[in-house]
Amino acid sequence: MEALLKRIWGDISSLPESRKIALMYWTVAIVLFGAQLIFGLIAAIQYVNPDFLFDVLPFNIARMLHINAMVVWLIMGFIGGIYWLLPDETGTDVVGASLGKIAFYLLTGAVSVVVLVYILVQTGKGEFFTIWFINEGREYIEAPRWADIGIVAVMGIIYFNVLATVLKSKRITGLLGVLLVDLIALAGLYMAGMFFTPNITLDQFWWWWVVHLWVEATWEVLVGVLMGWALMHVLGTPRRIVEGWLYLEVLLVFGTGILGLGHHYYWIGTPEYWLGIGGFFSSLEPIPLVAMIVHAVYDAGMHKLHTVNRPALFFIFLQAFGNFFGAGVWGFMHTLPQINLYSHGTQMAASHGHLAFFGAYVATNLVLIYIALQQIRSPEGPILDSRTWKIAYVGMIASMVGMVGALLVAGFAQTFFERAVGGSTWQDYILTQMHPWVKIPMFWRLGFGVLFFLFYLVLVYDILTIGRKAKEPSVEVKPA
Amino acid sequence: MKDFSWLEVTVASLLFILVIGSLWTRGRNWLDPVFWKRFAIVGSLVMFTFLWILTFDTLSKTRIGTDRVPSPDVINYKITYEYDPQKGYYMPVIHKDKKEPLFGKEVSPQEAMELIIKGKLVIQSRACMNCHTLLGNGAYYAPDLTKAWLDPKWEKIMIPATESETKEEAMVKFLMNPEKYATWTRRMPNLNLSEEEAKAVVAYLKWMSAINTNGFPDHFGESKLAKF
Ligand code: HEC
Ligand code: HEM
Ligand code: HEM
Ligand SMILES: [Fe+2]
Repeated sequence: MEALLKRIWGDISSLPESRKIALMYWTVAIVLFGAQLIFGLIAAIQYVNPDFLFDVLPFNIARMLHINAMVVWLIMGFIGGIYWLLPDETGTDVVGASLGKIAFYLLTGAVSVVVLVYILVQTGKGEFFTIWFINEGREYIEAPRWADIGIVAVMGIIYFNVLATVLKSKRITGLLGVLLVDLIALAGLYMAGMFFTPNITLDQFWWWWVVHLWVEATWEVLVGVLMGWALMHVLGTPRRIVEGWLYLEVLLVFGTGILGLGHHYYWIGTPEYWLGIGGFFSSLEPIPLVAMIVHAVYDAGMHKLHTVNRPALFFIFLQAFGNFFGAGVWGFMHTLPQINLYSHGTQMAASHGHLAFFGAYVATNLVLIYIALQQIRSPEGPILDSRTWKIAYVGMIASMVGMVGALLVAGFAQTFFERAVGGSTWQDYILTQMHPWVKIPMFWRLGFGVLFFLFYLVLVYDILTIGRKAKEPSVEVKPA
Repeated sequence: MKDFSWLEVTVASLLFILVIGSLWTRGRNWLDPVFWKRFAIVGSLVMFTFLWILTFDTLSKTRIGTDRVPSPDVINYKITYEYDPQKGYYMPVIHKDKKEPLFGKEVSPQEAMELIIKGKLVIQSRACMNCHTLLGNGAYYAPDLTKAWLDPKWEKIMIPATESETKEEAMVKFLMNPEKYATWTRRMPNLNLSEEEAKAVVAYLKWMSAINTNGFPDHFGESKLAKF
């Protein structure tokens, strides 16, 4: 393992164990990112050519792999981030490093088994056996029950690592305090998704506790912690300022996002009061995202963009603006019940989901990875920079915007034709899918998807190479 | 119990945060991080408490057998979807005076319950929700199934196409051989449903169409687009 990490990341001999674990997680995360894109591309091809892999890997399986790979790699990336900042925040190496490594292998092993079963077995009979050992058939949390239990156990070990290290260091920073509470909530919520009920209203009620209260509450706070730490390291923002902002963000994220959950309870059989509660609070959810932009831009302005790490700084901007546009603006577009009655379950949601996950969470992971690269390959300067990261950066953003724009057009057309003019039936669905305003965007989405994948490859190349030859004059040395 | 008013809940939750937060931070400068720390704690706890209260209320109103989520034996009756002028949205109507037993055989409440448990297991086992939406949640590759039981296409096209006598028979045939009865180029794959499984799914779809979804999808089946 050490040898592999060394080849990928550079000289890691002087790193604390905690950071080696971080690199193990990030290595798997980046590979899974690629797998996510490949399965997304297969699903996108099936939209334009339904016969593609029809008998081998039907759309539902491709899509399941696409979104599950996403959830797993993003979480693994976050875990990597936590292990990376832990020695820094506590001033000591992780307690129980070998246990932490075992947890990593368990998680990676379990994920591999689950993926193989998805691909080779795919589906089972309508019996409990399927839910326990093949797939659970509930979007994002399809992992079979045995894996759910395994994941919670692994999370327990990771939590132990963090907690024991904090206790040993006998000091706790505000960042770590928020992190410790948030991780409990995050793991606890996952358990809300671990039971069977024939009542689909109840099923979706708890399912959204996991999905919404993850991405719009606990994950949002988690990236608040990670980005706060990143700002201290990339721009040298004082801790006091970072922590003050973090508390404000927690107040605003939880203050709006918890009852904002109601925007998923409009049409699943739950009482009417959710229309008002969900509409009101979810409309306020963009406010913390504006606060995060102000924070990042203000800090960067204060330092006149002086930084030791150009890619990390730019991914911080992507995170701030991507989170605001993807989650805040795109989310707000369909969050009022009066609009959602017609847009619910259309490509609108896919448009929003892609931009939000990319802007908020992919970007966070890349910020942390670039900070790590700088600390490994160029700890004493010169500043971390290259040409390829810029290509990957601009390319990924442009192709994501292309995909999201195409889906937005398709989503609007579905909202109008299938839902408002039509009567939401089987035939209305088919006629709308064949309408040029839905049909053509599906080609654009595929095209931009292919581009996105190519820029992902550029990104991987850059991660492997940036800063390696930092002493050569071809790399710009003086800060901007 | 009467429904909460959304406005009361909203105002009450915000007031609690404001009052408790102000008391706990009194005398502190608002630029002090501790000021925001305390507000963050209060805000999170108050909102989480409200969520739990609302959750208990919602759970009691959405149990199987309530007027929002009816008992599974509604599959013995005719179900329609009609505009309710008082509520201002479309509501499922269960015609208790018009028997319409599924597959021509009336079932007991317990048999009906067993059918929908089986139906739900089949739906999860085949990951239907990674192609379709149910109650509007899932994937966008295939039609929404919330009111599939009430879809006019079964009577207008699928009964003749499958040479069936009834809608439920047509549905079972379609679910067991979707590629054979495909109606456009994007086909549904054969998911190897047994006849027992397909029947349970049909029962599930009929039961689901009777859930009160606050008017989603609006004016289902009344289309200015699709004409048969
Ligand atoms: C790989 C994607 C896929 C999966 C998985 C899938 N379906 Fe479908 N389904 C489709 C497509 C596409 C159509 C439209 C087929 C046509 O018009 O010929 C369809 C049509 C239907 C219809 C008729 C449409 C309507 O509005 O009434 C029903 C009912 C249905 N599917 C039920 C199911 C059930 C139940 C499952 C799971 C057991 C399932 N489907 C799994 C793709 C899928
Ligand atoms: C980073 C944060 C966010 C992420 C990652 C995210 C992601 C998603 C995803 C993936 C879905 C589709 C869920 C499904 O598969 O059914 C969704 C749905 C939705 N999101 Fe977000 N979201 C975020 C924040 C927000 C915010 C802040 C708002 C409101 C202002 C919002 C409003 C909505 C609404 C209304 C839906 C339901 C769409 C429907 O009815 O079909 N989201 N979100
Ligand atoms: C090569 C690029 C990509 C392609 C071609 C692609 C394609 C797709 C397709 C076809 C779906 C199914 C949508 C449906 O049900 O109709 C989907 C869903 C989804 N994808 Fe992607 N995707 C890509 C990249 C990404 C990235 C980078 C992310 C986020 C990090 C992402 C997150 C999601 C999510 C959250 C969903 C579920 C959306 C929902 O239910 O609303 N995808 N994608
Ligand atoms: Fe949400």
